[in-house]
Amino acid sequence: MPAVSKGDGMRGLAVFISDIRNCKSKEAEIKRINKELANIRSKFKGDKALDGYSKKKYVCKLLFIFLLGHDIDFGHMEAVNLLSSNKYTEKQIGYLFISVLVNSNSDLIRLINNAIKNDLASRNPTFMNLALHCIANVGSREMAEAFASEIPRILVAGDTMDSVKQSAALCLLRLNRTSPDLVPMGEWTARVVHLLNDQHLGVVTAATSLITTLAQKNPDDFKTSVSLAVARLSRIVTSASIDLQDYTYYFVAAPWLSVKLLRLLQCYPPPEDAALRSRLTECLETILNKAQEPPKSKKVQHSNAKNAVLFEAIALIIHHDSEPTLLVRACNQLGQFLQHRETNLRYLALESMCTLASSEFSHEAVKTHMETVINALKVSLPQFGSRDVSVRQRAVDLLYAMCDRSNAKQIVAEMLSYLETADYSIREEIVLKVAILAEKYAVDYTWYVDTILNLIRIAGDYVSEEVWYRVIQIVINRDDVQGYAAKTVFEALQAPACHENLVKVGGYILGEFGNLIAGDSRSSPLVQFNLLHSKFHLCSVPTRALLLSAYIKFINLFPEVKATIQDVLRSDSQLRNADVELQQRAVEYLRLSCIASTDILATVLEEMPPFPERESSILAKLKKKKGPGKLPDMDDSRRSVNGNTEHINNRTSCADERAARRSAVNRFIGESRDSILAGGCSSHLHLFSFCFLVSVFQSSTHSFTDVLNLNSAPSSGANLLIDVFSESSASPAATEVSEENFPRFVCKNNGVIYENQLLQIGLKSEYRQNLGRMYVFYGNKTSTQFLSFSSSAVDPVIEGGAQMQQILNIECVSDFSDAPVLNIQFRYGGALQNIAVKLPVMLNKFFQPTEMTSQDFFQRWKQLGAPQQEVQKIFKAKHSMDTEVAKAKILGFGVALLDGVDPNPANFVGAGVVHTKSTQVGCLLRLEPNMQAQMYRLTLRTSRDSVSQRLCELLSEQF
Amino acid sequence: MQFMLLFSRQGKLRLQKWYVPLSDKERKKISRDLVQTILARKPKMCSFLEWRDLKIVYKRYASLYFCCAVEDQDNELITLEIIHRYVELLDKYFGSVCELDIIFNFEKAYFILDEFLLGGEAQETSKKNVLKAIEQADLLQEVHSVLLQFSAL
Repeated sequence: MPAVSKGDGMRGLAVFISDIRNCKSKEAEIKRINKELANIRSKFKGDKALDGYSKKKYVCKLLFIFLLGHDIDFGHMEAVNLLSSNKYTEKQIGYLFISVLVNSNSDLIRLINNAIKNDLASRNPTFMNLALHCIANVGSREMAEAFASEIPRILVAGDTMDSVKQSAALCLLRLNRTSPDLVPMGEWTARVVHLLNDQHLGVVTAATSLITTLAQKNPDDFKTSVSLAVARLSRIVTSASIDLQDYTYYFVAAPWLSVKLLRLLQCYPPPEDAALRSRLTECLETILNKAQEPPKSKKVQHSNAKNAVLFEAIALIIHHDSEPTLLVRACNQLGQFLQHRETNLRYLALESMCTLASSEFSHEAVKTHMETVINALKVSLPQFGSRDVSVRQRAVDLLYAMCDRSNAKQIVAEMLSYLETADYSIREEIVLKVAILAEKYAVDYTWYVDTILNLIRIAGDYVSEEVWYRVIQIVINRDDVQGYAAKTVFEALQAPACHENLVKVGGYILGEFGNLIAGDSRSSPLVQFNLLHSKFHLCSVPTRALLLSAYIKFINLFPEVKATIQDVLRSDSQLRNADVELQQRAVEYLRLSCIASTDILATVLEEMPPFPERESSILAKLKKKKGPGKLPDMDDSRRSVNGNTEHINNRTSCADERAARRSAVNRFIGESRDSILAGGCSSHLHLFSFCFLVSVFQSSTHSFTDVLNLNSAPSSGANLLIDVFSESSASPAATEVSEENFPRFVCKNNGVIYENQLLQIGLKSEYRQNLGRMYVFYGNKTSTQFLSFSSSAVDPVIEGGAQMQQILNIECVSDFSDAPVLNIQFRYGGALQNIAVKLPVMLNKFFQPTEMTSQDFFQRWKQLGAPQQEVQKIFKAKHSMDTEVAKAKILGFGVALLDGVDPNPANFVGAGVVHTKSTQVGCLLRLEPNMQAQMYRLTLRTSRDSVSQRLCELLSEQF
Repeated sequence: MQFMLLFSRQGKLRLQKWYVPLSDKERKKISRDLVQTILARKPKMCSFLEWRDLKIVYKRYASLYFCCAVEDQDNELITLEIIHRYVELLDKYFGSVCELDIIFNFEKAYFILDEFLLGGEAQETSKKNVLKAIEQADLLQEVHSVLLQFSAL
């Protein structure tokens, strides 16, 4: 092995690095660096031409400075010069600098590409590899444009060296990830698949990654890879550990390749060919068998590599979800890991088992491990409990996944007891999980009420209001539990210190159902009132407002405490309260109690009507967009790969459990608010109750219509939700969604979105920043009534010829591409009508136009120069190319039209900012008409690729 | 794999390799956040953690932490062994590697990594083959320096 100091040592560099290391302070370091930068700059600018060695040394110093975290704004040219040096080390340093410090300075890119081109053509494998590494490291669009068609040729050429093939394969993979549109598919793809048969395992390793990436996008084109991958895998798993020589890693045969092959197979459903299928099953069985064999080495590397293959095999088994024996074996294997002393294995076993729990074949098998999983939560038992919070978090996830009617009580109890000591970071999530499970599996609603009250008692701060809204909805809807609920909250309120959330629940429930326990002298009306009022002064304004409403309800329920309560309402602290909401309530309630007759009081303050069972599916249907940082389309491609959508959904819903966990939070929140408010709306007979409700849940000045949360979680979140809530209501998912008129609304806000012989739906909408309001008008075109009309929240009857209005409040939480769907159901004559309409809520609605000068525009345009930030589309004009119409459309799209920015006056340039709750995304666009060709070219740049993409899709359809 | 970071116990970044396009600012923020998160973890804790949308796999070797960010579908254990194989490669090349070797010969650390991983995927897992490629490169430069000496004569 060549000693490192030999030959290539750059003494100046070593001295500089030592100097930096010897700096005692940050200031000293910066001083030293500035000195060096000045030195290098003068050398680069000097009259004397630098020799290659010095250039290399200085470029290397600059690189070191950059890697320390300082900005470097020169030296690029010198680095580019090094690329064309014929000395290997100089070239190498040049390429390293370029790879680390890419700059999309167009002149340089041309020079760099030129140097790369020369090296690729050099037929010197070492140079070719350097060039390929550079392309793979930079992966920019410019490079893809220059080389995406050249690299496939290198990859499949017969005379290419193995090491170059490897680099070429992964280089292509990188380009395909960053600019898939530029990588041409073609004859080479068939030949790439055959690289799976290559003699050189390194080539197979690199090629398998490439094929997997390509197969995720175009599964049909790479179908033949399945049989080759199975054959290759089979040879590996049956080989003796020494057969593969250097590809054996700690006695495990080619672990990386095995994992990659198993991953490739997860792009496809189980093979249809029986022989192939049984060969694959044999492989998987062999891998499972090996897990039972005694280890060939005590090294952790041996067990890690072996188990890496095992976990990937289990992932494939779960993906196929078709072999019950394998699924159960996988589950048992994971069960053994649950008690393993290696934290890593416990963590992974819990994670993997979560996905197994959702397969019908292995759900029961997973449940047998419940005790072990529960033990993992017990921090107090060091022999079982994990000291690592992430492991405990996984255990909670798994308990949640394995929960069903048979074990719900035990699991909920364990989660509650864990909650008392749980880490703060995961408390809120556990609270939601408990609330969801308790509702989903409640057979006996007294248990449900106890559970939620316990939640509030143990972790009141983490109980979001949606959770307590829900308990109230359920108590109101089930008269068998009302008495119990009243008694329980009454008892809970006796605790000297109770959480404010408990006061809210208590106030509401006693206000409605206090009469059910008033017979007992220990909870007589006066006792109840005094108990509630003793908490009053400790509470926040919204809670006090709720309590005031509870008091007026008391006046109706218990005439005997009327005088006491009136005294309270009359006191200065109420009537002259500084808070206008409290003051108003006190005044109004006092007045009401004085002038209204008992009958009127009884009508106005009647018990709340039941909330309609869950009917709004708008939220559940809003598919959420992926968070940043993930490979785009990954899930979609997985889905399309497999014919069987159902089991894919199953799998993703578990694989994305993590994301779902978060989104379940939002969804649960959104849903319950939605339905609680919908409940209010449908009960218009109980006018006062209705107002009461509204003022309880949101201060009365707020709107009370639907809140559409355009939030962004993966679709699996939606599955989860449907799982949770679909039991009581038939899913309206079967209706076909009408989106015929959808595109018309991209550039305007008003119009008719849907019309058939019976019904016309018109829309008027307005948007400001990330908020919007949409008025939906339902017109009955017939002369007869529509009955049981439901669309989230409207009157159940629409008279013939009449029109009815609904208001939707919209909030854009983050960028999105799927529009919400409005589901409408009504009865006309005898027949039930189901209509689903895609609501024209698009990303561009949240635009605020931005005026800017030409200079600003171009400066920003440059800043948004990263390849994925720009989206361009060239398309044929569908309408006549009228300038004024185009202007109106662009304005309607929501951006400002900037005059005089583009040197060509025929072009349109626009700018705007998309507002979402979390961020604002600036957007610049340019539309270039070509009258002769009847074509347009649309270019959009925004700071977020998903936004660029979506806006381009929307706008390009308009011309 | 989306990126790989090497940092010292004091939180100093020693090597960073990004396989997804990110701005300089984002890179700095990510490195800062992750270094903090990992340094705060106790020794016996699990080597994997969820971080944003990614899975982080890390391991400590003497004074250096090696940390990889992989995607949701990626295999954690094999990533752990990617780290180990890289450490073995460095070790073999430098002859029992230490943090100083990586500081003073950072460019070599990058070259070795490029031979082993490309585009975030394992390119060549055979230790022999990776080191052969690096050796060949070193030989090329030795020939040059020998030639230089000759021309100096």
